Amino acid sequence: MLPFILKRLGLAFLVALTVSFISFSLLFLSGDPAAALAGETASGEDIEAIRRVYGFDRPMLVQYFEWLFKALRGDFGESYYFKLPVSTLIGDRLSVTMTLGVCGTTFALLTAVPLGVVAAIRPNSIIDRIALFISVAGQAMPSFWFGLILIVVFGIKLGWLPPSGASTWRHFIMPTIVLGYYAMPAIMRLTRAGMLEVLNSDYIRTARAKGAGEGRVLFKHALRNAIIPVVSLAAVQMGFMLGGSIVVESVFALHGAGYLAWESIARNDLPTVQALILIFSMFYIIFTFLADVLNAWLDPRMRSS
Amino acid sequence: MKNAFLKTTAITLALALPATSPAFADKADDTLRVAYTKELENVDSYFNSSREGVVLQRAVWDGLIYRDPETNEYKGNLATDWKWIDEKTLELNLREGVKFHNGDDFDADDVVATVNFVANEANGVKTQRNVNWMESAEKVDQFTVRIKTKDVFPAAIEFLSGPVSMYPAEYYAEVGPSGMGLKPVGTGPYKVVEVVPGQRFVLEKNENYHDSPKGQPTIGKIDIRTIPDVNTQIAELFSGSLDLIWQVPADQAERLAMMEDQFTVANESTMRVGYLSMDAAGRSSMEPNPFKDIKVRQAVNYAINRNALVDNLLKGKSKVVWTPCFPSQFGCDQNVTEYDYDPEKAKALLAEAGYPDGFKTDFYAYRDRDYAEAISSFLNAVGIETDFKMLQYSALRELNMKGDVPISFQTWGSYSINDASAMVSQFFKHGSLDTTRDDQTRDWLNVADRSNDPEKRKEYYTKALQRIADEAYWAPMFSYNTNYVTSKEVAYTPTADEVLRFTNMTWN
Repeated sequence: MLPFILKRLGLAFLVALTVSFISFSLLFLSGDPAAALAGETASGEDIEAIRRVYGFDRPMLVQYFEWLFKALRGDFGESYYFKLPVSTLIGDRLSVTMTLGVCGTTFALLTAVPLGVVAAIRPNSIIDRIALFISVAGQAMPSFWFGLILIVVFGIKLGWLPPSGASTWRHFIMPTIVLGYYAMPAIMRLTRAGMLEVLNSDYIRTARAKGAGEGRVLFKHALRNAIIPVVSLAAVQMGFMLGGSIVVESVFALHGAGYLAWESIARNDLPTVQALILIFSMFYIIFTFLADVLNAWLDPRMRSS
Repeated sequence: MKNAFLKTTAITLALALPATSPAFADKADDTLRVAYTKELENVDSYFNSSREGVVLQRAVWDGLIYRDPETNEYKGNLATDWKWIDEKTLELNLREGVKFHNGDDFDADDVVATVNFVANEANGVKTQRNVNWMESAEKVDQFTVRIKTKDVFPAAIEFLSGPVSMYPAEYYAEVGPSGMGLKPVGTGPYKVVEVVPGQRFVLEKNENYHDSPKGQPTIGKIDIRTIPDVNTQIAELFSGSLDLIWQVPADQAERLAMMEDQFTVANESTMRVGYLSMDAAGRSSMEPNPFKDIKVRQAVNYAINRNALVDNLLKGKSKVVWTPCFPSQFGCDQNVTEYDYDPEKAKALLAEAGYPDGFKTDFYAYRDRDYAEAISSFLNAVGIETDFKMLQYSALRELNMKGDVPISFQTWGSYSINDASAMVSQFFKHGSLDTTRDDQTRDWLNVADRSNDPEKRKEYYTKALQRIADEAYWAPMFSYNTNYVTSKEVAYTPTADEVLRFTNMTWN
């Protein structure tokens, strides 16, 4: 198991480095940060002055390596926009996004996996149809719209939940549902498909033949095998939620890292964007890595591949 | 925005259902809850360039002078009176007994320190033109200062009553702009008690506010939250957890106005002017460049139905504008050539210019996609086929400075400065954003900008504005407006400069 983990770790590190370099070059090409920094009312001379002060006139590779060495020491520089250390800025917002991501993924898994299993036990039954309907609706409904509907119903009409903000746990209920619901259909369909395939396999028939109880057959023998692709998918979904919950964060005024990334791109706030891209890609890398390890634990055959 | 339809549907749904939850009385805890749309970068007013920042600046700090937004009369604020002792030196007597929020006394040292700090380009004040007209300041005695300008600068009084606020010398020297942004200290009617950068700002009434022309604050606490989505803002307003939102789109404001028993909707114009800028100087790579021809530029002017844009899209207090400045600004003479909507004449002019079948051009915009699309269709209707490109502001600006933009839809808000120089002189004096580069216009503007004689200034601004209109260098189109929506408990009459004045707000 250890060589497997080390190999994966090395690969993860290389991916992170590549991502940071590609994103740095793309940002470099995407626009003039000096013009964005100067704001709407600045003159051409203001912009030139800013270009010199921030060192945008130096070669790209020099700027990249300078950034990289500082980043490795945890110093992501100062946000051009907020004039605050990027690490402080992100630390604050990341906690909102992580809470949301963990809650969203948990919600998605807790609803999608049982629904998928039930749908697979009774394919084409009424339950399966309902599950299908829920998943199609979740896939089809834009999350900002679903978010607004929830706000209208639970925030305004019923007055049960605060419409927006992040100050108490009650503020996180609606965003969790919206974010989780978006991730749910894929997980549910994959669980259902996996279960259907596994339930028809020989070893399940063997398990039943030797007299194992239905619960034991379903959960010990079938689900453990069917869940492997689901684990990988959930890891990717989780990465998506941490980096891509922009819409949900915007609708519910949550001020998380996703929204910060989106806004920072528009503001050409390079240090913030750079740091966020690195952190988001690290999330993907870590979750994929954890999923690999978990799968290897679930399925010993994977350790050798 | 593509999703606007669905979003509007959701809010319409909310309006269609009867509201069951009663609004919470914020009046009870004397806290006015306000929403910001954009994340404010830094509360330090010299280090942000947004409307949200101006609103806080006017609440937390004071200028030496104050301009009454109703009468446009200049009144003493931190200064009591002032006079020009020579062309470039303004002497001001300061108000005695004023205290900063941290208890420091205000005197000449604070003015000298503030002016000398912001006027020094190396300190990086974000909007240089707000401060770079000042050379330095010097103390005469404890309550008398002199401010020296670099050139003759007649708009000095306007700037001193606008963006130039006075900071506490010792505190600012100690904490700097980022410290000031986190724990702001001023002399203003409200003091800041909490800052979560970009997200939340809580202000509290300054009980010891001096006898200022701004008036005394009455509402005890102002709680500002940033809520980026206007639909969420409206939802919060419905649920009673917001009392005031502004910059509400016209269609939403109309629906909210129908609920008279719950909300007050007020519309007021802003200084922002929307216009088409054309590459009259021929800087772009377009070959041949039709916009070098005055007939083509006139055709563009005739092609736009400005009244239709104002009546159907901008609505409210927006007006058709024919000048590259806002009508209330000093020197912004409205007596210039007008080009009433006449598509046939536009086509004829294009034919005369050698484009009987029209021509093809790139057309750029950075905001208000719906307006830009309407403008684009007016141009298409007379044969100017547009390849419409929507860019981020900074990207379009960069392109513009390089001179690569044949025609674009632009807007300018003049930073709420009530002087024509804040707009026309910004764009017609051969700077990098000048698309016309006309020597005559520049020379006249220089005379107007550098004279201390108001009549002479008016005369030369008028000459320049008339020339710009006759030559059809731009197609100025309309002024903007904004909708303010408050709960029934709040009484507020907005002003035409889009500055929210918390001091003028009271509970009903």
